[in-house]
Amino acid sequence: MAATGHGAGGRGMSLLADTWDFVAQSGTWTGDRGILSRAQAHVWISLVAAAISAAIGLPSAIVLAHRRIAPIVSVAIVNIARAVPSFALIALVFPISLQFGFGLGFWPTCVALIALGIPPMFANTYAGIAGTPSAVIEAARGLGMRDSEVLRRVELPTALPLLMNGVRISVVQIVATATLGAIVGYECLGSFIVAGLARGQTGQPAVLTGAVLVALLAFAVDGLLAGTTTRLTPWTRRRRS
Amino acid sequence: MTALFANSADSFVWWAWVSSHLGELGDRTVEHIVLTTIAVAVGFALSCVLALVAVRHRWTYTPITALGSILYTIPSLALFGLLVPITGLGLLTAEIALVSYTILILVRTIVAGLDGVPADVREAADAMGYTRRARLVTVDLPLALPTIVSGLRIATVTVIGLVTVTALIGNGGYGALIDDGLSRDFSTPIVVGTVLSVALAVIVDVAFALVGRALTPWQRRATARVVAA
Repeated sequence: MAATGHGAGGRGMSLLADTWDFVAQSGTWTGDRGILSRAQAHVWISLVAAAISAAIGLPSAIVLAHRRIAPIVSVAIVNIARAVPSFALIALVFPISLQFGFGLGFWPTCVALIALGIPPMFANTYAGIAGTPSAVIEAARGLGMRDSEVLRRVELPTALPLLMNGVRISVVQIVATATLGAIVGYECLGSFIVAGLARGQTGQPAVLTGAVLVALLAFAVDGLLAGTTTRLTPWTRRRRS
Repeated sequence: MTALFANSADSFVWWAWVSSHLGELGDRTVEHIVLTTIAVAVGFALSCVLALVAVRHRWTYTPITALGSILYTIPSLALFGLLVPITGLGLLTAEIALVSYTILILVRTIVAGLDGVPADVREAADAMGYTRRARLVTVDLPLALPTIVSGLRIATVTVIGLVTVTALIGNGGYGALIDDGLSRDFSTPIVVGTVLSVALAVIVDVAFALVGRALTPWQRRATARVVAA
């Protein structure tokens, strides 16, 4: 073990130098397989998947929360969704996508990302809307608000912190999981990792570059959404401080 | 759609392959369970220590959970990628990554469980002359158990899903089936690996719920709701 540790240290230093060389090459940045184009593709598929997830997850949560369908349903959906591994989901959609002519790459990845993205948005929004105190809703009705006004001016603002929490969890997960799209041929930041792993020792600079870029992107998106949430819900700030 | 379930090598699930590979499926199941168990056990031990530190010294809670959420945010494939140059392909890399994903969930739920012990119960125990350690073991922990078990459920189900990704860095488990299917453009192992992984997660989830229920008979009503879910 001691020898391994020593070797790893030496390898670590030269790996950093190799990675620096890799990042410093202009070819690493430009072209179809460059960092810029892959980062753009990574952000693009995440945006599409997040938008479709929100378009499905948020309205359905609002409708179901009003119908007061037992919370058990929403808990069950989230639990089952958590049990389906994202890697498995992408791998599973892949052959179906090929069979039905949607090709490899974008659609298998996007469908899996949507399936992953919906549950956190749905569950949090559902909890937020269903959790609006009934006294507050009665008071709003007493003021003469119609149902649509109650939703827009009372329930949605009350649910907003939870809703945004769901959006944040879901989008960060989407960005993180888009990495796996590289396995089914979607050119994104994950491609550096997948291609690098396949090349063994010589691929390590690419693996490290891809890993750092994906992690940075996930942190950036997480921070951005956290900032947006605080800006959208200024009234929660006092409680926190 | 009929092609999806017809019995040939081109169909979605080729049942003959499944029945002729039962031995391999058994091996993959054992590997998956071993990888999961090590990760959850090590993660739980580590999280217990961190949670106790956080409960005793409040100021450490924020930095501990902040570190946990940083680890949790790093995409699994990226974390494997970061670790491979240091710890190589294989078990150690997989376990370090898997353990790091359990920390946030477990520390949060253990601390929440211990915080949830009513103050008057604590004071009663103190007044009866319990030492700090005796109170922790005989009063605080049993009362925190339902919350801790719910954290273990989430952590274990999460790890079972993540173990499939560790196949990409040379580990076994159901991910190896999925990876094999992808590389050969053969859907049967992908479907079988996915179904078995989900089944394992559901079984473990229900098992944890039942164990939690058995350990906390006074909580019967609350846990009954979770089991139904």
